[in-house]
Amino acid sequence: MLEVRFHGRGGQGAVTAAEVLAVAAFGDGKYSQAFGKFGPERRGAPVQSFTRVDESPIRIRQEVYEPDIVVVLDPGLMKVVNVRQGIKEGGILIINTKDKVPGAWCVDATRIALDTIGKPIVNTAMLGAFSKASGGAVSLESIIKAIKERFPGELGEKNAEAIRKASESCSLIGV
Amino acid sequence: MVKKIEEGSHAVADVVRLLNPGVLAMYPITPSTHIPERLSEFEANGELGGKIIRVESEFSAISAVVGASARGIRAYTATSSQGLALMHEVLFAASGMRLPIVITVANRALSAPLNIFNDWQDSISERDSGWLQFYGEDSQEVVDLMIQAYKIAEDKRVLLPTMVCMDGFFLTHTYDVIDVPEDLKGFVPDYKPEHAFLDPKKPMTQGAWAMQEPYFKLRKELEEAQRSIFPVIKEVHDDFAKVFGRSYGDGLIEVYGEGDNAVVTMGSFSTNLKVLADKLGFQVIRIRCYRPFPDKELAAALKGKESVAVFEKDVSYGTGHGAVYNDVRTVYNGKMVNFIVGLGGLDVPVSALEKMYKQVPEMKDAETRWQI
Repeated sequence: MLEVRFHGRGGQGAVTAAEVLAVAAFGDGKYSQAFGKFGPERRGAPVQSFTRVDESPIRIRQEVYEPDIVVVLDPGLMKVVNVRQGIKEGGILIINTKDKVPGAWCVDATRIALDTIGKPIVNTAMLGAFSKASGGAVSLESIIKAIKERFPGELGEKNAEAIRKASESCSLIGV
Repeated sequence: MVKKIEEGSHAVADVVRLLNPGVLAMYPITPSTHIPERLSEFEANGELGGKIIRVESEFSAISAVVGASARGIRAYTATSSQGLALMHEVLFAASGMRLPIVITVANRALSAPLNIFNDWQDSISERDSGWLQFYGEDSQEVVDLMIQAYKIAEDKRVLLPTMVCMDGFFLTHTYDVIDVPEDLKGFVPDYKPEHAFLDPKKPMTQGAWAMQEPYFKLRKELEEAQRSIFPVIKEVHDDFAKVFGRSYGDGLIEVYGEGDNAVVTMGSFSTNLKVLADKLGFQVIRIRCYRPFPDKELAAALKGKESVAVFEKDVSYGTGHGAVYNDVRTVYNGKMVNFIVGLGGLDVPVSALEKMYKQVPEMKDAETRWQI
C-alpha cells in the first residue's frame, strides 16, 4: 500500500489534491482513499491531507503516520512543520520550492501555476510532480483526467497544463 | 452497480435521491453538511423527486419531517451533534407517533468545549428516544443501511423512526471506493401508509393528549414494538444480500475472526480493530443494530469468552463506563473491561488500540481505561 501525506496551508487545496490523487488512482484501476486532517479552517494555517493507494480494498481508518511520499505545497512550512516526520526509509519528499533541497524532488510549482493558471495555486501542479517523482505510481493521464472532471472547461485545461509542466520540470536534487 | 470513488456524504446523498423521499427538511451542520449540499444540487438540476424545505433550525427540520411523515409521505433529514440535540424533544414525538422517518446522523462530539469532530455522544445520547439506531462501519455499509432503513422503518410490523449513524469526517469527508446502486430494483417500494394521520378525508387524532392509562399503554407498546422487530431487521438484511450481493453478519451483529477473547465495538474504527485482531488473534463483535439492542445474539456470541473488551467513543456520565459497555454487561457476566477512545475526533490508530488491548490481562473486571 502506498501512503501519501500532503502538507499545505489552509486555502491552498491540500485536501483537493489528496482527493484528486485518489480519484486518479481509482482511474488507474486501483483502490484508494483520501481525507483531510480537519481543524479550525483558518486560511494560511498549516494543514495536512492523506491519500492511500493499493491493489486491494483499503482496510485501515487512521491518519497516515509513516508516509511513503510527502508532498509539500508551501516551502515556508519547512520552517514550522517537521514535514519529514515518520517518512519511511527510502521515502520520497516532493517540495514546491525555487531552491534545491538535497535529497528531495524540487519543483517551482508557484512559478508554473502563475504562468499557466495565473494564480499561485499549486495543488494541481504538485500532482504532476508527484506522478514523476513516484515513477508513475499514479499515472499522469489519470491525474489530468481527474482534474478535468473536477474542474471542467478552461480551468481544467489550465490546470492540466500546470500538471504537465510540473511533471517535466521537477527533479531529484542530489545529497 | 458501478463502483466509484466519492466522499461518503455524497454517496449518502446519491442513495437518498434514489430512495426518493417526498419531503427533505435539512439544516446544515458540520460534518453532515455535504449531504444537504449535494441533495440541493440535485434539486437545482431537476434531479430530485421530492421537495426540500429550507428551515431555520434542526428543531424545524425534524418538525417538518414529522409533519410530512404524518401526512403519509416518505421524509428525510440529516444532522449532527448540536443539531441532533436540538431535535431531541421532537424525536420522542416521532417515535410516539410511530412515524417511519429515516435520518442520517453524521456522528460528532457535543459541546462544551466546542468541537466539530467525530465521536458518538450525539446519537448515543438519543438511545432511549424510541428510535432504531444502526451504525455503519464504512460508507458502503451506510449506503446499504439507508436502503434497508426505509424498508425496515416502513414495514407494517415496525413503523418506527430510524437513525443511520456514520462517523463524521472518518466517513463523511473521506473519499472511498463505493458501490452505489444505480437503481433500487424495486427493493424499497413506494411508501403507502395504511394510516396517514393528516388525511382530511379520514381525520384522526395522533400524538395529542393521553391520560395516564392510555399513555402508559402506548409507551409500553413502543417498547414491545422495538423488541419484536429483530426478525424484520434480519429478513430485510438477508433480502438485501440476495438482491445487492452484500451482507453484514446477521444484520444485527457482525462476528469477525475467532478467539477465546473478544472485543465489542461499533462504527468505523471497527476496521482498525479487525486489522489488530488479525495480528493478535481475538474476535471482533461489531454491533450494527444498537437499538433495538440485540441482547440474545450478543449473549450467544460472547458465551464462554475468557474476556470481553468494549471499545467505544462515548461516555454514560456518572456510570464509570460508556453506554455500549453498560448494555453489553447485561448479557455477559465474565471478565469485561471498557476502553473510552476517540472523543472529540482523537485518532484511534491500530498502534494505540494494540497498546490498550495488551492491557486487558492486567485489568480488573469492570475497569475502564481512557485512550490518553
